[in-house]
Amino acid sequence: MSVHDTLFWFFSIAMLLCGVLVIVHRNPVNSAMCLVLLFVFMAGLFLLLDAIFLAVIQILVYAGAVMVLFLFVLMLLDIKASERRRILWWGLVGGLGVAAALVWELATILRQPLPLRAAMSESFSAGLKDVIRPLFLNYMLPFEITALLLLVAMVGVVLLSKKDLR
Amino acid sequence: MTSDITLHHYLLVSGLLFALGILGVIVRRNALVIFMALEMNLNAANLALIAFSKYNQIVDGQVLVFFIIAIAAAEVAVGLAIIVALFRRKQTVSVSELNSMRL
Repeated sequence: MSVHDTLFWFFSIAMLLCGVLVIVHRNPVNSAMCLVLLFVFMAGLFLLLDAIFLAVIQILVYAGAVMVLFLFVLMLLDIKASERRRILWWGLVGGLGVAAALVWELATILRQPLPLRAAMSESFSAGLKDVIRPLFLNYMLPFEITALLLLVAMVGVVLLSKKDLR
Repeated sequence: MTSDITLHHYLLVSGLLFALGILGVIVRRNALVIFMALEMNLNAANLALIAFSKYNQIVDGQVLVFFIIAIAAAEVAVGLAIIVALFRRKQTVSVSELNSMRL
């Protein structure tokens, strides 16, 4: 087993464990902390897939900005850890059913042999330049529209946070 | 460098994470935790896209993931603002108590 394989198993298992902890933790702050860890492990998987630029963006935007926003709101709202309530059994059964159906469906699809070449071990240069260049050539219009959308989101957030919504 | 990890492994991890996210959205009743589970779903999609991008040796998948991350940041800002506004009005973030569309 090469270093690459060991790292893959480490990152993916740790990431899935963090995902379970996000759901299981009673205190939302602990959930948020596990989510930060999940994003960091996900960035590790991105690195294994040669997506260096996106790994950096993942850490900066997700583990940095988004999670700080989450924690800020959590502190602002001052929510107590939800007390031990009775579990919604139909919710648990329904959720587990949907998740199990998804996994089963995926497993059946993945059991069919795809024409797998050894592409995953070939090196694939996707550095900063290779990702950024199409952004300003082929994807110019979506890029500008994203800028507009960020502006709209900012205006929306300012409006939503006003004291009286009417 | 030879590696036994194929596209299937990445897709399986991505699918498991997506299933976990769905499970969190359905089971939890704290609106903030539901939102976190939604972020997990988005990340699962990102992982699948990047794995396919490397499998096909095309960089366009990564560009799409870049856009998804930008949109997700905007979505988180708006969603959290809505949750804060709801909390101000109703003093709760439990979705089982937020059962009315009226303000």
